[in-house]
Parts: sequence; C-alpha cells; structure tokens
Amino acid sequence: MATAVPVLPEPQARALAEAYASAVAARRLRGLAVLVAIVVLALVSGYLAHVRPLTLFANIGNFGSFISRTIPDFSSGNPVADLRAWYWNFPGWLALLGQTILIAYLGTLMGALGAVALCFFASANIALGRGSRIVTRRLLEFCRTVPDIVFALIFVIAFGLGPMAGVFALAIHTTGALGKLFAEVVENIDMKPVEGMRATGASWIQTVRYAVLPQVAPGFASYALLRFEINVRGAGVMGFVGAGGIGQEFLVAIRNFYYSDVSAILLMIIATVIIIDMLTERLRHRLIGFEGAR
Amino acid sequence: MTDATANPRGLGDAARADLDGLKQRHPGGFRASPKNRALAILIPLAMLAVAIVAMVMLDFSLVRILNGLSRLGRFAVLMIPPDPEGRAWAFTIALGETLGIAFLGTLTAAILAFPVAFLAARNVIPNIFVHFGTRRTFDVIRSVDTLIWALMWINVVGLGPFAGVLAIACSDFGSFGKLFSEAIEATDGKASEGVSAAGGSKLHQVRFGLVPGVLPVIASQVLYYFESNTRSATIIGIVGAGGVGIYLTELIRVLELKQVAFLILMILVTVAIIDFISTRLRMAIIGKQKIS
Repeated sequence: MATAVPVLPEPQARALAEAYASAVAARRLRGLAVLVAIVVLALVSGYLAHVRPLTLFANIGNFGSFISRTIPDFSSGNPVADLRAWYWNFPGWLALLGQTILIAYLGTLMGALGAVALCFFASANIALGRGSRIVTRRLLEFCRTVPDIVFALIFVIAFGLGPMAGVFALAIHTTGALGKLFAEVVENIDMKPVEGMRATGASWIQTVRYAVLPQVAPGFASYALLRFEINVRGAGVMGFVGAGGIGQEFLVAIRNFYYSDVSAILLMIIATVIIIDMLTERLRHRLIGFEGAR
Repeated sequence: MTDATANPRGLGDAARADLDGLKQRHPGGFRASPKNRALAILIPLAMLAVAIVAMVMLDFSLVRILNGLSRLGRFAVLMIPPDPEGRAWAFTIALGETLGIAFLGTLTAAILAFPVAFLAARNVIPNIFVHFGTRRTFDVIRSVDTLIWALMWINVVGLGPFAGVLAIACSDFGSFGKLFSEAIEATDGKASEGVSAAGGSKLHQVRFGLVPGVLPVIASQVLYYFESNTRSATIIGIVGAGGVGIYLTELIRVLELKQVAFLILMILVTVAIIDFISTRLRMAIIGKQKIS
C-alpha cells in the first residue's frame, strides 16, 4: 500500500525548516550558557574549597589501604575466635547503640510534641491571628535552620557532657522540621468539620481537638516516623561533640587508628540504620493504608 | 419518613425518639470498637513508658535541667548584641568555603550518580541482581552520616575543605542514586518504546527516550540537595573538614557568644538567600507541578 507523504511548496517548507533550526539553536545556546555557568561556579568553588585533585590522585591509595586495613584478620583456622576478637567490645557497643536509639526516640517524641503544639499556630487556616502566625513560623524556621549538632555543642556546655544535651538538641531541630510539615498537613484538611464546630459555638481548643486532630493524626504519625529515621542517623554523630551515643566511640576509634574497631562499629551503625529504615517504612505504609481505608 | 424530610425539626425528634434503635443498628457511630479503644489507650501508654525508661537510662535529672536552663539564659544574654568583633572578613571567607564545599560536593555526587542510577532502574536493567545490588549499595552509602564520611576522608587527604567536598560527594551519591533511579522508573515508557519502534538501540532508547524526561526532575532534586547541603557544610568543620564549622566549634568552646550569634545570623541569611534562589530555579525548571 503506497502512502502519499504531503510535500509542502518550497518557500513554505524552507520557512518551517528555518524556524525549526533557530528554535534548536536557541535551545542549544541556553544549554551551553547553563553549562558554562556550572563550570565557572565549579571552578570558583574548587578555588574556595582548596580542591587539590593531584593530592587526591596521589593519596587515593590511602583510601584503599584505609579500607583494607579496617578489614579484620580472618584466618581459616578459627573463624569464631576471630569474630570474637573483631567484636571484642560487642556488649559495650550494643549498649551505646541502644543509647543512640533512645536519644533519637526521646528527641523525636519531644520534638513531635513541640511541633504538634506549634503547628496549629503556624497554619494559615486554623491560626488565631496573623501576628502569632508569623512569629511561630520564624521560630520554627530558626529551629530547623540551625543544625542539630550546633545546638548540641551549646547544650553540652550548658547541661554538661552526656546524652541529655543530645536529646534536647534533636528535640529542638525536630520541632522546627516537623512543625513546618505538620502545619502543611493542617492546611490541607477539609474545613467543613471546623465550620460545623464553630457554628455550634465550640471554643478554639475544642475545634482543634474534635475537627482537626482526627483528620491530621495519621499524617502527623507518618511524618514523625520519617523523622525518627533521620534522627537515628543524627544521634549516631551526636557523640562527636560529647552528646552521647555511639559517636564518641567511633570518633576515638578513627582518630586513634583502631582500624578493626572502625569497621566493626561502622557495620553496626549501618545495620541499625537500615533495620530502623525498614521497620518505620512498614509502619508508615500501614498508617497510610489505615488512612485510606477510613 | 416522608413527613420527616418535609419538616427538618421532625427528623431530629424522630432520631431522638429512636435513639436506642439507632444505637443498636449503628454501634460503630456511638462507640468505637473495643479494639480501637484499647489501641487508642495502649499506644500512647506504651510510648510514655518507653520515654520514661529512656529518661532514666539516659540520666535525666531535674537539677541538671534547671541548672542548664539557667546557664542557657545567661548565654542568651551574652549573645546580645551579635558582634563579629573584627572577624567579619574571616567569617565571610569561611562561608564562601562552605558554599564551595556544598556546590562542588553536590555537583560531583550528581555527575557520579547519574550513570549509576540507570543500573538501579528496573525499566533499564531488568536483571534483578544488578538493580537489587546497586540499590543496596546506595542504601549502605546513604546510611553513613556525612560527618562520618568526612572523618574517613580526612584520613586520606588531610584536614581541610577538600575532605568536606569528598564527604558530601560520597553521602549524596547514595541519596542521588536512589532518587534518580526512582525518577527513571517513574517515567512514561512510551517515549523509549517509540525510539525502539523507530529502530533505536538500547543506548538510543536511554538517550532519547528516558534522559529528556528525567532531566528536569533530576535537576530539581540536585538543586534541593544543594540547598540542604549548605546546611550540612556549615557543620562539617566540627570534625575538621573546612567551612564555618571550625569557627563555630571554637567560638562556642571559648564562649565568644557574641561572635557565635553573629556567625549563626550570617549562616541563617545565607541559607535563606540560597533557599530563595533555588526555589525560583526549581519552579522555572519544573513549572508549577509539585515534586515528591
């Protein structure tokens, strides 16, 4: 079956071809401009950050040897004893990991409660007034922009060394991060129950309790679980500034070149993080399914 | 029923008169099921119990909290007014270093993760061992904190911002790999089917069918990470990997709190500016549509 391909008259076709060519050229030019901008910025950053590619190439072997030195000696003769030697401080590390998880748990819980308390004041639809809303938003922004470890540095001086400082640091950062997300959840609710409550003369607190909270609770729980996951990672390095958890032990191992300890502790941290990731993901799916079923 | 709909007041009266019947017919509307009620009490109780145990195990004490709070109050007084005390220029240079670390780290991670992410995408490499293995590698890399990566790179290239760049590049490589591969899997397969129908090879399918679709999403994710990395780069100096973190640690340790307050303000302003610019750019790249 023959198909006729329509052929446009010569001038018309040429005009179209030229338009196409110029459109392609404009896109190419824009792409090139973006590329040049990125390269220039990269060069400036490289200068600012003292990047020395030659040092990297010269020392890349160090990375390999560092990794290979952290691999413990395993002889074929007695693997159990070797494993025991590698994880010589297993109960101690496990206790520190437990402490890390508890720090993350308490920090997340306190932060989430703070966020629940503040998010209604920060949301556009429930907030009492413009003034209090703006103040709350700035406060939340401050809490989440200052990194948790900076809060930890200050709290370690105020409260003394130990996990308490880490918990409070995580709690403040979590309040900032979750407060914003919670406020967004509150802004997305169905307003009809709220209007109904207001029409019956309910107070602000009653409105929030009976019209807003039932709608937002699954969303809040899901975000809080996600934050717990992030906080476990954060609590793992709190020890770097003396705020409890396994971080301190890891810092000591890496600074003093206890190579096999480095790999042992790191593997335990990775395993913990991955297990918690998997558990919270499962819980979150159940929560969201729960929400969908209602 | 018919007279009830005609007179709404009658409907309420009818309901009230038939309250017992209604309760019997719709028990769920009047009383939550025993299981849900038990859960509603037990879950908060369990959370509270764990919290109390945690507080005991972590040596919380009221005395220390009160002492700490009063000390924090004194710190807050010492912070006012924020004052660089002659070190404004040094702080600016350090902030520049921080931005350099964040930019170069993010860029390196994105360039390295881009090709590898295709290996982890189910619609490009159907082989389960390849994409499963690649994904788990990303997971492992991701679960190591940036500060830990920084410590390891310091052992290789020495103290300084270069170690910070490598640390951010490493930890972001894991995150980008996961995000990019998810973006690749979420693309519409029709474009690459079209390329294959026109006789394109597998490589052509990726280049002309997939890449144009995912590039905007990827660009937007990279910008978002640059934003969050400026935050991480401010603290990476705590372990000695360059940027303002070094000043922050030192100044907090020696209680030069006016300078600390000034430095934190500088960081907040910088992060706000970067937020603003990158939000604008992301909007321009992806339009108004929301990215997940």
